[in-house]
Amino acid sequence: MTAAKVVEPVAGAAPRTLRVALVGNPNSGKTAMFNALTGSRQKVANYAGVTVERKEGHLMGADGRRISILDLPGTYSLRARSPDEVITRDVVLGRLISEPAPDVVVLVADATNLRLVLRLGLEMKAVGIPAVMALNMIDIAERQGLDIDVDRLSRELAMPIIGTVATRRRGMEDLVRLIEERAASAAPVQPSAWREPSAVELRALHREAERIQKACVKPPKRPDTFTGRLDDVLLHPVAGILVLLGVLFLMFQAVFAWAAPLMDLSNSGFEALSAWVGTLLPEGILKSLISDGIIAGVGSVVVFLPQIVILFLFIILLEDFGYMARAAFLLDKIMGGAGLHGRAFIPLLSSFACAIPGIMATRVIDNKHDRLTTILVAPLMTCSARIPVYTLIISAFIPRQQVMGFLNLQGLVFFGLYAAGLVSALTVAFVVRKIFWRSDAEPFLMELPAYKTPDPLNVLRNVLQRAQIFLQRAGTTILSMMILIWFLCAFPGAPSGATGPAIDYSFAGMIGHAIEPVLGPVGFNWQMSVALIPGMAAREVAVGALGTVYSISGDNTSLLGASLAHQWSLASALAFLAWYVFAPQCASTLAVVKRETNSWRWPIIMFLYMTALAYVAAFIVYRIAVAFGAG
Amino acid sequence: MDSVRRAADLDLELTPQPVFPAPTSLANGRRGFVGRISTVGAETAAAGGLAAPELERRLLEMGFVEGARVEIIHEGFIGKDPICVRLDDMRVAVRRRDVRGIMVQAGEP
Ligand SMILES: Nc1nc2c(ncn2[C@@H]2O[C@H](COP(=O)(O)OP(=O)(O)O)[C@@H](O)[C@H]2O)c(=O)[nH]1
Repeated sequence: MTAAKVVEPVAGAAPRTLRVALVGNPNSGKTAMFNALTGSRQKVANYAGVTVERKEGHLMGADGRRISILDLPGTYSLRARSPDEVITRDVVLGRLISEPAPDVVVLVADATNLRLVLRLGLEMKAVGIPAVMALNMIDIAERQGLDIDVDRLSRELAMPIIGTVATRRRGMEDLVRLIEERAASAAPVQPSAWREPSAVELRALHREAERIQKACVKPPKRPDTFTGRLDDVLLHPVAGILVLLGVLFLMFQAVFAWAAPLMDLSNSGFEALSAWVGTLLPEGILKSLISDGIIAGVGSVVVFLPQIVILFLFIILLEDFGYMARAAFLLDKIMGGAGLHGRAFIPLLSSFACAIPGIMATRVIDNKHDRLTTILVAPLMTCSARIPVYTLIISAFIPRQQVMGFLNLQGLVFFGLYAAGLVSALTVAFVVRKIFWRSDAEPFLMELPAYKTPDPLNVLRNVLQRAQIFLQRAGTTILSMMILIWFLCAFPGAPSGATGPAIDYSFAGMIGHAIEPVLGPVGFNWQMSVALIPGMAAREVAVGALGTVYSISGDNTSLLGASLAHQWSLASALAFLAWYVFAPQCASTLAVVKRETNSWRWPIIMFLYMTALAYVAAFIVYRIAVAFGAG
Repeated sequence: MDSVRRAADLDLELTPQPVFPAPTSLANGRRGFVGRISTVGAETAAAGGLAAPELERRLLEMGFVEGARVEIIHEGFIGKDPICVRLDDMRVAVRRRDVRGIMVQAGEP
């Protein structure tokens, strides 16, 4: 008598959930199919211990039986080459402890591009996995006049086949019916029967797939010439680069400028809310917690939403249209020189606006090490939150003076700071690749899919899903960090009769004073050290924090600038700027890295290496400036 | 490699009309090249890179298999790398150094 017997369904009780997994080549329409089947009943999490996203949804079968659908990472073969593909293989073969083997696997195939998926189908047939094939994009196949002998194909692969159009939800009822029938007749799987095919076996499988393709598919009467003609422009050495620059510029503008009004709106909204709540509550710690801690914390999460939504709108549109692979092709040589993947340009470009959406956008990179390298260097790109800090210091210390007749010195320093960020990002990426992950430079092998018109509903659903993931997962971590920082700055309060600013007596003040001896050699005084602590909430908060420590009320930055110019040496100011090129102390960035990599290891490594670089840079700048008499 | 070429040259002298030119590496192909894959192998890259047998399997999985028709349809703008090939009815982007071991026979059979 085993425990399993006890929970076996008795007559009349609801039958066990039917478990279905979607498998297919990249770009076969798997995501669209998952959305078509499950609608909004989806849940996104991570597989235990890995960074691979686990997407599950469910629907109700004809007889009221619950069917759960698992969307597995796209793959060309059961022989896994990346952590994503390991998950696909292990789930399909029932090897994952946390994930029971699926009852039925749906093999999603692009009807216009069958060759590679046939081999995957043959691999599954050999193991005896109960499968159903969804012959997707059948609308495009019909338009091209492609003639597929479905009955023959079904016999060859030993799986029932149904034509579908995932984006139009065509064929979904029939697919569900086939899944249920297949589940009823399925024999149990012997996952142990599978082992990695050798090169010889792969060739044999290919020949078999080739034979099936010849037997079942006649060449299209009206082949797709649009993709080829468009590629002649978009992959052209000159025209292609111009288009790419245009796309990148538009995206940069959108993330940078279009999001700004929404972010301002969000900021002032939360400020107003905080002020309004302030009038309702009596003065004291509760009021401070609610308005300065919680409301300001929620505000600092929501403020990222416009950028994230706009960025992912672009990414998903470009991905669905099929352009992303082209952009990666065009940029592979440049990015590859720094040891980055061609696709890393999107996260890095977005990081000029803010590292948070940038780090989330690294999902476009499949390879784990390529992705981690990109995540590690993304915060070195000059984000928009550094601008207020740069502006404050530059306008206070750098004379408004012309150099070489036409260059503005202030502008030049500004540009230099941007360039320093970019150069250090590429250098760090290069070093990381060369030193740590030298051994596994991945080959660049990428299918360029046929161009397709993106489906608006599908795009909308995917964008909203990204926003939701951000709010649920990164948002909670950011919020708790914000409350922690509030706590450090508010406790303990200033003793009665205190003369200095309240922050001086808080934990933040104590930490600032404690690290001051360490920061002394780079020219930081205790006010600068203390301002770094609340500056963890967001880089631009450092401006307000300096205002607080110098007891300058309100937003009077020109007064603050004048006061700084009076109290700091030029060398200290330059050292502060150099520190901010690296600015390791953004808590939100670290929180998002934690969520995206699913461990504290990477945020800690990031914090340490960026602090080290910031310290060294500030030290060098300070010492050189002092040597030139600016101390 | 050298001996293969010499054998082919010899062949050229003996027969007035060569049926096939000698196979060359896909890595050296220029835009507009059309031909068929004669052998798929892989060389382990000098600095890092995958072991040759693994690279060979990945190439096979992507559809680079003996007998497949290849056409180089686009080249990158720096150093003409990477390349985009039409592989039977698919389009695949690869770096030249990863396809050094793929030998191709020029000409439309
Ligand atoms: N015309 C048509 N387009 C489709 C169909 N299924 C998916 N697509 C489009 O194909 C592209 C890739 O689909 P996606 O679901 O992202 O593929 P995945 O990489 O397998 O997840 C998107 O632009 C989809 O809108 C279909 O049945 N018909």
